Amino acid sequence: MADAAESGAAAPGENILVVEEVTKAFPGVVANDSVSIDIRRAEIHCLLGENGAGKTTLADILYGVYQPDEGRVLLEGEPLELHSPRDAIEAGIGMVHQHFELVPPMSVIENVVIGTPAKQWLDLTEARRRLEEFFADYDVEIDPDAEVGRLSVGEQQWVEIFKTLYFGVEILILDEPTAVLTPQGIDELFRILRRMRDEGLTIILITHKLKEVMDLSDRVTVLRRGKVVGTVDTADVDQRDLARMMVGREVLMQADKAASTAGEPVLEVDEIHLASDTGRGSLEGLSITVGSGEIVGVAGVSGNGQNALFDAIVGVRHPETGSIRIVGQDTTESAPHRIATLGVASVPADRIAQGLLMDFSVKENLVLGNQRERQFSRSGILNRGQIDAFAAESIDSFEIKTPSASQITRTLSGGNLQKIIMARELSGQPQLIIAHQPTRGLDIAATEYVRRRLIQERDRGAGVLLMSEDLDEIFQLSDRIAVIYDGRIVAVTQPDATTLEQIGMHMAGASDAGQGSP
Amino acid sequence: MEDFFTYSVILGIFVATFKIATPLLIAATGELVAESSGILNLSLEGTMTLGAFTGFLVANQTGNLWLGLVGAAVGGGAMGLLMAVMTATVKVNQVVAGLALNILGLGGAFFWYRSVYEESGAVAFPTVDRFQTATIPLLSDIPAVGEVFFDQHWLTYFGVLMVPATLIFLNRTKYGLELRSIGHNPEACDMRGVGIISRQYTAVIYGGVMAGLGGAYLSLAGGNQFFDDIVAGRGWIALAIVIFGNWRASWILAGSLLFGFLEATQLSLQASGVDLPYQLLLALPFILTIVALVLNRSRSQVPLSLTIPYHRGER
Ligand SMILES: Nc1ncnc2c1ncn2[C@@H]1O[C@H](COP(=O)(O)OP(=O)(O)OP(=O)(O)O)[C@@H](O)[C@H]1O
Ligand SMILES: [Mg+2]
Repeated sequence: MADAAESGAAAPGENILVVEEVTKAFPGVVANDSVSIDIRRAEIHCLLGENGAGKTTLADILYGVYQPDEGRVLLEGEPLELHSPRDAIEAGIGMVHQHFELVPPMSVIENVVIGTPAKQWLDLTEARRRLEEFFADYDVEIDPDAEVGRLSVGEQQWVEIFKTLYFGVEILILDEPTAVLTPQGIDELFRILRRMRDEGLTIILITHKLKEVMDLSDRVTVLRRGKVVGTVDTADVDQRDLARMMVGREVLMQADKAASTAGEPVLEVDEIHLASDTGRGSLEGLSITVGSGEIVGVAGVSGNGQNALFDAIVGVRHPETGSIRIVGQDTTESAPHRIATLGVASVPADRIAQGLLMDFSVKENLVLGNQRERQFSRSGILNRGQIDAFAAESIDSFEIKTPSASQITRTLSGGNLQKIIMARELSGQPQLIIAHQPTRGLDIAATEYVRRRLIQERDRGAGVLLMSEDLDEIFQLSDRIAVIYDGRIVAVTQPDATTLEQIGMHMAGASDAGQGSP
Repeated sequence: MEDFFTYSVILGIFVATFKIATPLLIAATGELVAESSGILNLSLEGTMTLGAFTGFLVANQTGNLWLGLVGAAVGGGAMGLLMAVMTATVKVNQVVAGLALNILGLGGAFFWYRSVYEESGAVAFPTVDRFQTATIPLLSDIPAVGEVFFDQHWLTYFGVLMVPATLIFLNRTKYGLELRSIGHNPEACDMRGVGIISRQYTAVIYGGVMAGLGGAYLSLAGGNQFFDDIVAGRGWIALAIVIFGNWRASWILAGSLLFGFLEATQLSLQASGVDLPYQLLLALPFILTIVALVLNRSRSQVPLSLTIPYHRGER
């Protein structure tokens, strides 16, 4: 298959994969509505669309996860019948999924070997050699023998990518691979993708970040509510055009905010130490303060203690030394539910594992954790009317795309899962909001909305601790920026007193980047 | 009490330890493989009973014990197949399927036994000419050690050998790695093109065959008859041993031997007139399992998707 291009069957630029009027419906939604797209050989083709527009569904059809209700797919002019991912792999199609498809207790190398035609007698030396080459070639530092479940989300994303490349595919589908990568990681990935395209690989990339689309792609197809809005050459459009195609209206891409002055501290973290016994990172004497009415952005490469900091503040792990005070109360040793009752809202980085009960309904997830509140229950009996009303309101204001409030959460699209968490956590006037990658996987309109809401919460007087690898987000929202490195805050500064480059250097651990220390 | 600790009594306890451990070990190593693929087969008790019976039936009718073992394997394997159909294909709740099959195995074996033997009007209990221990030349002459380790039934050697075999299979072969991966995350495996259903069938049928053989030890080697309560809770104990062993073959061996040792000790104590409540002993593996679980809490190796059926495209 790999030498098809040389044999003259199809030269670069010709259609390699053609989607013809594909329709796929689920109960209550038509996820793909007569979708037609041609993908050319050796191009990078972006799929763009709001949350729930049907991008993942289309990718899943191309990977044999779903069979279309109507329409067909042609590969090199031949109809392609995919009954399972196995068929897709055999046809030379590989996919990196939006949500990780990893076996957490197994090592990196074992995850890579699964499903490959390796010999029955497991000899991992060959696989290890190839993997180490890969990692060295692309400057990624991951121990092939590390347990995957103990890696940071960013590292897990790399494992996903390499695992797919390991198959030696001809068409590569990537569903939001950059959502959890660092800016450097994204650059690195794009370099790899360009290089592979130049070597003849065809790439289909799903992303919400218009900048990435502009940087990387040759052509873009925009989907809206399951239908193709159009396919354009990237060179002929700008971000504004794409946003309009996606949303159907003009989108503000800047969240405006007024200056603010921090009030009383709502979070005081003082010199905490936390060992890394759970694989979620360690803290080495970290201190940080968040006042009411301010957003403190924590910039840092993932794996530098963000998870540990999150855990310590919300109370799932307790620091060995140091103290944490929330709205003036010592919570160093408090249980998570005690901390939540102080008015702490938390948005975890791993939404499926930590933020949602996937087999519960959307409305149940919208009140999860708040079910004991007066508003939702009396003497332990849930007040269904109130819950329904609240759910309807959240679904409306966050534009959560779901057939109904009783839909099983599992079936929602990735961005809509994130919206459920945001809607839940921002309800109830929290005093302190800990948001870890709050806009992960959100489309531009939803991102805009969430950022605006965070600013509103700040203006109302909440303190916000924003942890993100998206430096644009950090610069846009923060009143103060703190850089986390190796379990410590290594710099604190104002967004207008620094530059992206300086923050980037602090994130990489440069100690003399010329900024004040905490 | 004085004469309880004599050399011959203690030696007897060690010899019996292996005998009692054999059916547990065989059934538990089989169940380990099944559970590694994500399917909890709760029907071990019924499967062992049916295996004990089909093994006995074939041996009794043909006069050939080895054919009897084949019969036990087929009987157990058939139960495994049923379990696989219900859980891997139809995707019925595994607990429900296991409990239902358990009753089917127990009831089926009794019913079949009666329809073959009691209706024919036989007076005496039917028996087989059971397996003798396989004495290993030379090695069995070593004092004490020889008697404990090298003068046992073939099935005992087989059970012990299955420990390293299972260990190697699960950890050193690609099939084993994929099986364990399915038990943790079937969707991830499906997305890699690994056939889930075929592997689960293989694993569960294998578990059934092993449970059948474990049962046959009771009717063809340990004893020479089939009777209603022949398995007497060993299927449940084997299930507990898998948990006690934290899904690791080596610990399953340790668990089986520990249980064998405790029961052997209790039997000799009873024989020498010291009376320990029998129920306490039956409860012991479960108590030990709970203790082991508490101590091992953070290092549990339980297959993460155990009992959760997988449907592609359900997200
Ligand atoms: N298995 C399923 N069962 C029911 N509904 C589904 C299923 N899969 C997808 N859907 C629905 O189909 C629609 C499209 O979902 P899809 O995941 O393709 O969106 P997406 O464009 O990838 O969105 P996002 O950017 O949020 O990831 C959504 O409304 C979703 O709820
Ligand atoms: Mg998606």
